[in-house]
Amino acid sequence: MSPPLELDYIGLSPPAAAAAAAGADDDLKGTELRLGLPGSGSPERRVAAATATTLDLLPAKGAKRGFSDEAPPPSPVAAAGKGKKVAEEADNDKKVAATPQPAAKAQVVGWPPIRSYRKNTMATTQLKGSKEDAEAKQGQGFLYVKVSMDGAPYLRKIDLKTYKNYKDLSTALEKMFNGFSTGKDGLSEYRKDGEYVLTYEDKDGDWMLVGDVPWEMFADSCRRLRIMKGSDAIGLAPRAADKSKNRN
Amino acid sequence: MTYFPEEVVEHIFSFLPSHSDRNTVSLVCKVWYEVERLSRRAVFVGNCYAVRPERVVLRFPNVKALTVKGKPHFADFNLVPPDWGGYAGPWIEAAARSCVGLEELRMKRMVVSDENLELLARSFPRFKVLVLISCEGFSTDGLAAIASHCKLLRELDLQENDVEDRGPRWLSFFPDSCTSLVSLNFACIKGEVNSGALERLVARSPNLRSLRLNRSVSVDTLSKILVRTPNLEDLGTGNLTDEFQAESYARLTSALEKCKMLRSLSGFWDASPICVPYIYPLCHQLTGLNLSYTPTLDYSDLTKMVSRCVKLQRLWVLDCISDKGLQVVASSCKDLQELRVFPSDFYVAGASAVTEEGLVAISSGCPKLSSLLYFCHQMTNEALITVAKNCPNFIRFRLCILEPKKPDAMTGQPLDEGFGAIVRECKGLRRLSMSGLLTDKVFMYIGKYAKYLEMLSIAFAGDSDKGMMDVMNGCKNLRKLEIRDSPFGDVALLGNVAKYETMRSLWMSSCNVTLKGCQVLASKMPMLNVEIMNELDGSSEMEENHADLSKVDKLYVSEMEENHTDLSKVDKLYVYRTTAGARDDAPNFVKIL
Repeated sequence: MSPPLELDYIGLSPPAAAAAAAGADDDLKGTELRLGLPGSGSPERRVAAATATTLDLLPAKGAKRGFSDEAPPPSPVAAAGKGKKVAEEADNDKKVAATPQPAAKAQVVGWPPIRSYRKNTMATTQLKGSKEDAEAKQGQGFLYVKVSMDGAPYLRKIDLKTYKNYKDLSTALEKMFNGFSTGKDGLSEYRKDGEYVLTYEDKDGDWMLVGDVPWEMFADSCRRLRIMKGSDAIGLAPRAADKSKNRN
Repeated sequence: MTYFPEEVVEHIFSFLPSHSDRNTVSLVCKVWYEVERLSRRAVFVGNCYAVRPERVVLRFPNVKALTVKGKPHFADFNLVPPDWGGYAGPWIEAAARSCVGLEELRMKRMVVSDENLELLARSFPRFKVLVLISCEGFSTDGLAAIASHCKLLRELDLQENDVEDRGPRWLSFFPDSCTSLVSLNFACIKGEVNSGALERLVARSPNLRSLRLNRSVSVDTLSKILVRTPNLEDLGTGNLTDEFQAESYARLTSALEKCKMLRSLSGFWDASPICVPYIYPLCHQLTGLNLSYTPTLDYSDLTKMVSRCVKLQRLWVLDCISDKGLQVVASSCKDLQELRVFPSDFYVAGASAVTEEGLVAISSGCPKLSSLLYFCHQMTNEALITVAKNCPNFIRFRLCILEPKKPDAMTGQPLDEGFGAIVRECKGLRRLSMSGLLTDKVFMYIGKYAKYLEMLSIAFAGDSDKGMMDVMNGCKNLRKLEIRDSPFGDVALLGNVAKYETMRSLWMSSCNVTLKGCQVLASKMPMLNVEIMNELDGSSEMEENHADLSKVDKLYVSEMEENHTDLSKVDKLYVYRTTAGARDDAPNFVKIL
């Protein structure tokens, strides 16, 4: 993606003074106790996704997650995100000029030129949402989610965008796996085994019964699917619970 | 001219639309100066350190509306250290002593404390309008003071401030007798507000035209509020999450449909895409739409909404709209005048779904475009040249290619020709921000063609002093020049020192200017404040020796300095014209030469 030129630029802080000062201070800064990379002292830190070879940084979706800002409360949480930490601005003698970093982990103070307010606000928003959610909504033409079935030796992946409604989804899953049930009507013919219940994990991390909400809403909030054993689904799917009671 | 009675002269002056016109007439003769100053109702101070507050209030004792701006623009991007200055206190105190008729105060990039707000609230019995933009230093307690004491309050407009949240009670401090609110914007308040208090406040504010809520306000509260505000023109929503209650959203839609005057919409925060269709009924009447704080909407959600906004004049959006989405904007929003596309990925070389193609599409579909802020992944000269031809009416053109020094994505060339076309074709251009790979050539073009340019922002650009000098010598109307990380040094700094008297300010950071150069500037131009900020580590020696000399407003030269570090590069330089002399509130990392 980017030639060394870019790395050279980013690794080099243009004014010699800042570079010299940083060079002399690197040793000392390295021993400071801070919540950040050695030498990173400015409240404004953005890790450059300089090249695709930087292991710490995934392409766009990963990089989105990793930043935080001097937003007071959530910074520790966000700072524990991706590879690069953001130092809290607790210190008075914070260094404001960009200090040269090892090439792939370069940082530039104040670039891109975005107001702190905007960065803080967006950080709060993205902490609330879920990582996969943002990934899913990046205008991609697909929405792959994992499908697991209890007892199956491996998982599958399906593209939710290829289905328009629950029936299509159910038919497809039926083909992939055998014998399961959901809470929505129209699929009751598949419920005769009574053995399995189709559930999904939504973006809040909760496990939900498939079929309660409109399809679009389901597709937007579904992160993964699990075909659950009926006996495990007590309390989740009334019919499944009844069945397991009956069996008992 | 002195044949006219003063009342007539005053009446004539009242037709003068701008501050600069009034400033000009005040220079004609003493009588006009007196008439003008006593009848001046609105004063604009672009740099709070350019003049002493006492002087302003003494000259204009009858001022009703005061606007003051504090920190330099690059403070927005954390390039100005905290505690640099820009304190509102002296202004409010001076006005409290001498201008008790003050009705309106607008401040930008200033440090405002709760005590300041308390004093403000108690000092001006007819106070009506408070607008704070990108300010800091106060809490919701200060807002409570404003709410409780400003009986005639019409506007409380808080834009993008950093406000310490001390609880929701501030809103309840608006007394029952307060019925005068026209505009209330508390979108930047981070915490909860009491929804009952909010509903009651709205219910007793029949003149409310603009309401911007914060993200804590629920859909149900919003619906209840909207039922009371059928004349609302501008709305900032609370959070529209997908805790999906169909009846709530149905109520919201029906309340929104009654707001026939609603023209401008913002907020959304982490709105779920599910909620967006409930806004559709409004879209056809919108002239302003701000979705730039909503990363949860993707290209398809955004385009479905925007394609319905056929009257849109102002659109702020995130780059997840993508080039394709911008094409939809171009074909739907023919009246578009202002577009801002913000990045959703803040990394230096982050990914963006937006490139030159989106901009070209917009330019060909929206010929009225006059104001642009565009963060993108890449740009080409060809695209910029096309844009310049399609939209010659640009007044503000700000382009930020996320990766600094990135060349033309097609040819690998610098983007000199592209930006050159912009300044050449857009003869009314007043504000320009550039990015990408740029040589001295672009500055030659700017100096040659950008005759009306008032503000120029430069980053990682240019090859030599000549670049900056071309701008300083050519742009006759230049008021603000801000430069970072560019190879301009003392020769450029000192190439046209008289120019600084005609400008509001110059900012240079991480460039090649030295202490000696700054000292020379300070000595040649006593009417400028030359402020230097260095990394504390690098200059601690100097700071210790000269800490007590920051009060000196003349050139300061010492043996110490001459011997040591005259040629050391100055990290940050801020130069501004002033009648106030060196300021006495500078922190110890700021040295005023």
